Amino acid sequence: MKSINRSILLKRRKIRIINNLVMQTFFLCATLFGLVILGILFYRVVSQGYPYLDWQFLQSLPSRKPENAGVYTALIGTVWLMFVVAPTSLFIGVGTALYLEEYAHKNKFTSFIQINISNLAGVPSIVFGLLGLTLFVRALSLGTSVLAAGLTMSLLILPVIIVAAQEAIRAVPQELREASFGMGATKWQTIIRVVLPAAIPGILTGGILALSRAIGETAPLVVLGLPLFLAFLPKTVFDMFTVLPMQIYNWTGRPQEEFQGLAAAGILVLLFLLILMNSIAVLIRNKFQKRY
Amino acid sequence: MNNNIESNTFSVQKAIEEKRKKTSISKIIERIMPKVLLFTAILSILTTLGILITLLVETVTFFERVSILHYLTSKVWYPFSEPGSFGIMPLIIGTLKVTGIAGIVAIPIGLASAIYLSEYANAKTRRIVKPILEVLAGIPTIVYGFFALTFVTPLLRSFIPSLEMFNALSPGIVIGIMITPMITSLSEDAMSSVPKAMREGAFALGSTKLEVALKVVVPAAISGIVSSIVLALSRAIGETMIVAVAGGSTPNLSLNVTDSIQTMTAYIVQVSQGDAGYGTTIYYSIYAVGFTLFFFTLLMNLLAQYISRRFREDY
Repeated sequence: MKSINRSILLKRRKIRIINNLVMQTFFLCATLFGLVILGILFYRVVSQGYPYLDWQFLQSLPSRKPENAGVYTALIGTVWLMFVVAPTSLFIGVGTALYLEEYAHKNKFTSFIQINISNLAGVPSIVFGLLGLTLFVRALSLGTSVLAAGLTMSLLILPVIIVAAQEAIRAVPQELREASFGMGATKWQTIIRVVLPAAIPGILTGGILALSRAIGETAPLVVLGLPLFLAFLPKTVFDMFTVLPMQIYNWTGRPQEEFQGLAAAGILVLLFLLILMNSIAVLIRNKFQKRY
Repeated sequence: MNNNIESNTFSVQKAIEEKRKKTSISKIIERIMPKVLLFTAILSILTTLGILITLLVETVTFFERVSILHYLTSKVWYPFSEPGSFGIMPLIIGTLKVTGIAGIVAIPIGLASAIYLSEYANAKTRRIVKPILEVLAGIPTIVYGFFALTFVTPLLRSFIPSLEMFNALSPGIVIGIMITPMITSLSEDAMSSVPKAMREGAFALGSTKLEVALKVVVPAAISGIVSSIVLALSRAIGETMIVAVAGGSTPNLSLNVTDSIQTMTAYIVQVSQGDAGYGTTIYYSIYAVGFTLFFFTLLMNLLAQYISRRFREDY
């Protein structure tokens, strides 16, 4: 009979334990990799952009001379864009989510809408730009206006908002609805007075995150033909405009060192906006979200 | 007293009338609102239809001018001459080169950090690391493009002197960095949903954490892991600004990653910025390229959904 060779077993166990340790270190390094890159990225942008960042930069029009150039038109343009995208996408997104969660029956049509939404989320943003170019810029002849860009961006972030709103609505417990029905409320009254108020923090959080994606997008706007360089402000939603990412793209493409600095400064302004919006979203989530 | 009763009956009647009026309004609302909501839901289908119709119609116009055979088989993409050459191959090769590099960067790092977060890290580490990865995923792509052009390319050139100013390597690596959080977080979700009992069983047999992770958890979560990779690669194919900024505009068939390239998305950007007028063949070519791109990403998204449904192991 063969007996167990203790020394071989011990040796194998040692190898297995060492393997575990080595791989654990590798896994840890891979996790740290992302954090290190994030650190380098922020360090580079801040060190390049900070010297150019002052009040004058925020209040100046873009210029061919780097020392006079600023992001004023682009910053205001981004705010304009938000004012079109936020109501449009929230209205359509929340409406769709309410329909799917509250009214829709479980049938083929409903699951078709659902599959369609998840596929829409995977469509590259530049393809939405092509849709916007044909539909809004040319067919509806809105030109490269705030409205055309806003509608294109609304369609782009729609899947994100729908999914977020659906989750928020689904998280409202059924008992609340039953209680409302029990008091004699109709379906719509229940939705508008019970379900929506309870779901609003979740919807807002998802909405703000989606909106922050919209203001960081560049590709669809390039396809729409937004100007890279604009020295006046839009007065109505039908006017031409430009946004921060476009201005950054314009500066990044220039070979001179100064313009790279300006691009970095523009990125700082954009990142500040994004961080602000994300903090608001997190704040809403933590402060108002009830756990049932 | 009498007066009071009279006024009371009067007001009851009025109240009933008012109530009736209100009910009829609320009945109308009750009937209309589902239709309004249904309409908004249909808008999302119309968006998909809009994309399909737009791309198809304009692509058909393009193929009336350029033969589909030429588009698929010609090896040269040079639209800016008269008559231009429209062979999609170089743009596809450029796109696949960048996507391949992104995959080589993102798949090992994304999976390794998913395994770390799901199997090794404690709850506190997870709470800190996950939001940071979300930040990394939320950075606008133009910022990544700037990073690729002004940091990664110069850095790589100090190692590889033959690297061109615009190349496939730098945007590929940066896209890899961009899609890593996606692989990490989706794969981590898949791994965390593997039941604890399976791990405990393997531990009881004397397995190390590594063996549990690689031989129990990863095989059990493989459908989620693979579909996360496919989804991330589909994002890489559609990525635009990073390649437009750092990839260059020289479509070619070379497999060398140090050469300047052009991807499908970068071509669309180049034409959109230029002054190719409405109605020219070049104008229609961006729709043909967009359709090809849409076809690729749609295929990959459907594949991801198929994998996650077909090979899911339910516990």
